[in-house]
Amino acid sequence: MNKCIEGSHAVAETINLCRPKVIAAYPITPQTHIVEDLAKMKANGDGGYEFVRCESEFAAASIILGASASGVRVYSASSSQGLLLMTEVLFTIAGMRLPAVLTCANRAISAPINIWNDQQDAMTLRDSGWIMLFAEDNQEAVDLHIVAYKITEALRIPVMVNMDGFVLTHTFEPVDIPEQKEVDAFLPEYSPEQGQFLDINMPVSLGCFATPADYMNIREELAIDIEASKKFIKTQLGNYKKAFGRGGNALVEYYGAKNPDVIIVAMGSVVGTIKDAADELMEKKKNVGLAKIKCLRPFPKEELVKVLGKTKFAAVLDKSISLGQEGILATEVKAAAQNKLSAKIQSFVVGLGGRDITKDSIKEIFQHVQKRDSGLSFVE
Amino acid sequence: MQYKMPFNYLINPGHSACAGCGEILAMRHVLQIAGRNTIIANATGCSEVTTSRFPMSSFKVPWIHANFENAQAVASGISAALRQKGMEDQVNVIAWGGDGATFDIGLGLISGSWERQENILYVCFDNEAYMNTGIQASGATPEGANTTTTPPGKKSTGDDNLKKDMPAIALAHHCVYVATATVGNIIDLQEKVKKALSMKGPKYLQILVTCVPGWYTDSKDTIKVARLAQQTGIYPIIEYVNGELTGAAKCPRPKPPIEEYLKLQGRYKHLFKSDEGKKVVAALQRIAEENVRKYGL
Ligand SMILES: Cc1ncc(C[n+]2csc(CCOP(=O)(O)OP(=O)(O)O)c2C)c(N)n1
Ligand SMILES: [Mg+2]
Repeated sequence: MNKCIEGSHAVAETINLCRPKVIAAYPITPQTHIVEDLAKMKANGDGGYEFVRCESEFAAASIILGASASGVRVYSASSSQGLLLMTEVLFTIAGMRLPAVLTCANRAISAPINIWNDQQDAMTLRDSGWIMLFAEDNQEAVDLHIVAYKITEALRIPVMVNMDGFVLTHTFEPVDIPEQKEVDAFLPEYSPEQGQFLDINMPVSLGCFATPADYMNIREELAIDIEASKKFIKTQLGNYKKAFGRGGNALVEYYGAKNPDVIIVAMGSVVGTIKDAADELMEKKKNVGLAKIKCLRPFPKEELVKVLGKTKFAAVLDKSISLGQEGILATEVKAAAQNKLSAKIQSFVVGLGGRDITKDSIKEIFQHVQKRDSGLSFVE
Repeated sequence: MQYKMPFNYLINPGHSACAGCGEILAMRHVLQIAGRNTIIANATGCSEVTTSRFPMSSFKVPWIHANFENAQAVASGISAALRQKGMEDQVNVIAWGGDGATFDIGLGLISGSWERQENILYVCFDNEAYMNTGIQASGATPEGANTTTTPPGKKSTGDDNLKKDMPAIALAHHCVYVATATVGNIIDLQEKVKKALSMKGPKYLQILVTCVPGWYTDSKDTIKVARLAQQTGIYPIIEYVNGELTGAAKCPRPKPPIEEYLKLQGRYKHLFKSDEGKKVVAALQRIAEENVRKYGL
């Protein structure tokens, strides 16, 4: 059904449609509206889940860990400091191969404390073993959550769906919220195999400690499985499109001129602004394009290389930074391009702590990357 | 992997706990009483490391270990999942861990679960220090104890903090059942597990467990030392049901002096070598007397 609602509310409704059994979360701006809405639905009798109100994000992550290990569908959401507080447990969830879906309403990290949007929180978790998807708008946020459950339960790899704080979470946009029966058809009830979860009829030990003889093999297996998950993620995005008529199976979406000289690589809501800027430049016959990264982990190297193709310049926009290095995505794009592309690739850090990113600043980046210098640039 | 065991225990032998380990003994008895329909959430620590080296496990019940500080919150998740499955009344959910996991790093998460009044038994195996990492002091370490982070020296008599009153913290959360026990009295321990599991709501059981390498005791003395902790009054063995004191183990008369307990343990050896140390011994004796008065031991 088409509705004009807040991004957070759209996500909350979608999560309820996915019929999770256990939700645990803790308030933090700008994620709070999602869990408030889920608490309200539960209070009104519209949510069939356990809503476990807890005393910290660390507990929230631990509670969904325990519930997932008991074989039920789980959900949590956080942002910023809260996501970082969960860090230890998020690594454990992935290492234990427990299915889970978590929304990160992306927000800057302290200090200085700042509640506004950037993506430093999620980027800091990129090595945790979670599949990480990024939404461009609220419709995509809705769609990705449904696909996320499909992915996590089949592969037993947790999935984090990222949506920019405020820019998406607090924005009212028209979104098409699927019907319950459509979601049920796409996402049947979760029923893990015996021996995969805590069950008095089939006792198993989960979370054993591994010595050097085994640890590395177990980590390697996880690395291989996450790398291999690309194919499955694409299949499920494709199936979603078949069922709901939206989205597409590309992990890197291209938008722009046919043979671009210069491409911006970006993730999340800034993509909308880049599309507008690119449209205006293309009207002036400029050969520009956009590569939108929909999936950061696993990193879609092959697709990205294909999309960048013969472009001469690639400007990578990061709403985060690896301090002492450069924009995090920029480093990843360079690694993917090594020995494969001849484009000049440059890092542009934008929008930290909610700094506005305008069409003009995007146009300026399209220009700047074609200049001689190749250093890290903070776009004011 | 499964081996046929000649015993009917729910914790199999073959674990790597030290000879004379009080903790593994207590674990075995708690689980034996709880029975097969039990799920355990285990905190990181000796209790986990000695029992679960991949690809083996000592546990014949469903068991999970996640992190050091979150056994109780993991148990919250298990318990929520069981409610959804309609299996809440068929399964005992037990979270357990050492004193470090309980008194210190996990306290916030335990508090949260107690506030939610969840139907979980939390068992603390109190060996009065972080043993798994090599005997560092925790909030459960008694005054005067030598640990690697409270070493005695020219200017130190060992730990100079009082032991945290964890049962009082549990009571402040309206836990339906709060009790202490020692590995020196297995029958009492078994009765307490039984009683705890017969009640619905948050339950806390704290068991003093002798640690041979951490307390510098002889492995033959594990039971004896634990008994002396109770008999001297230094470790009050008490039981509260719905906030009311329902049991307190009496000290024998004449009551053994605290020295009898301390002298069996190398962690207190330094106290007998200086005047400052002897003041600490006297202070520990006063704590024991205060316990006797407070609980009528
Ligand atoms: C967050 C975190 N900090 C520290 C550690 C290291 N660590 C593992 S077990 C342990 C001590 C456990 O002490 P306690 O809970 O008393 O259990 P015991 O081994 O004494 O039975 C420590 C410090 C850890 N695993 N995780
Ligand atoms: Mg300990």
